[in-house]
Amino acid sequence: MLPLVLENVSFAVNGRTIIDRISVEIAAGQRTVILGPNGAGKSVLMRLCHGLLKPTAGVIAWRGPTNGGLRQAMVFQRPVMLRRPVLANVIYGMRLAGIAPQERELRARDVLEAVGLSHLAEHPARMLSGGEQQRVALARAWALNPAVLFLDEPTANLDPGATRDIESIIGQIHASGTKIIMSTHNLGQARRLGDEILFLYQGRLAERAPVERFFRQPVSPEAASFIRDEIPQV
Amino acid sequence: MSEIAQALAAAGAMIFGFDPKLIEIVLLSLRVSLTAVAVASIIGLPLGAAIAVNRFTGRRALIVVLNALMGLPPVVVGLVVYLLLSRAGPLGELGILFTPAAMVVAQTILILPIVAALSRQAIEDSWQEYQEQLRSLGAGPLTSALTLLRDARFSLVTVVLAGFGRAAAEVGAVIIVGGNIDGVTRVMTTAIALETSKGDLPLALGLGIILLALVLALNATAYWIKEAAQRRYG
Repeated sequence: MLPLVLENVSFAVNGRTIIDRISVEIAAGQRTVILGPNGAGKSVLMRLCHGLLKPTAGVIAWRGPTNGGLRQAMVFQRPVMLRRPVLANVIYGMRLAGIAPQERELRARDVLEAVGLSHLAEHPARMLSGGEQQRVALARAWALNPAVLFLDEPTANLDPGATRDIESIIGQIHASGTKIIMSTHNLGQARRLGDEILFLYQGRLAERAPVERFFRQPVSPEAASFIRDEIPQV
Repeated sequence: MSEIAQALAAAGAMIFGFDPKLIEIVLLSLRVSLTAVAVASIIGLPLGAAIAVNRFTGRRALIVVLNALMGLPPVVVGLVVYLLLSRAGPLGELGILFTPAAMVVAQTILILPIVAALSRQAIEDSWQEYQEQLRSLGAGPLTSALTLLRDARFSLVTVVLAGFGRAAAEVGAVIIVGGNIDGVTRVMTTAIALETSKGDLPLALGLGIILLALVLALNATAYWIKEAAQRRYG
């Protein structure tokens, strides 16, 4: 289904522009990190790409062949756990995705194993810690075997240990063949997890570069300033 | 003072002696109000969920009307149902005026707005939290409503018990459409009204004590279920 193509995409609410004429083509394979300060429009851009929001101008299109429908999933900053056991949370997503009933439980247990939560499969999901809940959210998304996985600041609420777990799982999901598109404001995380950086500033795509080049030699002054850990000048 | 003490003692004797007349009245009360709450829940819970997850024109007006109808005066409901069911009324053919069926109809109309409005509120609270995640997983309005009905089930127990409490405690509607016929349509509240005016305090007091105990037990149950569920499922 990739590449994902955005042509002059804008999004405004009550006259306030949040995404401002972004054009970009996101290809399969690499891990794409959407980087930028708070309020740059990262979350909104992810929601537009995922289809939760409709752009007020411009076009968003999947240009590749989509056999078997749009296989995409999203993990949010704050995981939403249904009031049922962990395993049932994973199976819920698979049921909605139309995965055959006899395959669901086996696959669900596999992904729970992979995220290190087999021992909590029968526990009520909402009683888990924040880090564990985010791992359930990753398992629920992974179980759908998506072609693209969007992650909206998946570790913003987590401590360093839990963050490390989540980052390692994201690496595994990518290794299993899923395209990763993730937003973060954390420079270290962008460096660790990104192959390419889309730097967003005030709703505009200020810069796009391979991760190594981005950190070594940012082209846009906003990115250079952000990397120096400064608040970009308005 | 001694008169009240005597009445209390007599009431106690009736309750603990399982006075057949008292039992009959209590059982009819329960039958009518439980049936009404069952019918109101079957209609009201899905209605509340549907209003919570759908966006349509007139939605706000509907919510305001529904909230206002929670305060429906029972005597007005009784009057309207009386007019509908009376010989000359549009539903006079049914011939159910002055039967328990008419009382069920009146109480259902009385508590349907309570069940629908309170469940709409409870489900919409969850909906705020779940909305993006459910849409991301591909849930349409119907699936979302069913998921939320299940996930908010412990709050909905409280909603249903609130409806039952209202039905069991009202007198205005059942006395008009039931007629307070001894052995046929006499329930706790209508019996209390009648016996008090007749000066038969022991029966009135006995019924009053049972009614109070019932309402107290209901609220304790609702509270306990919610507490236990919170601890168990988060």
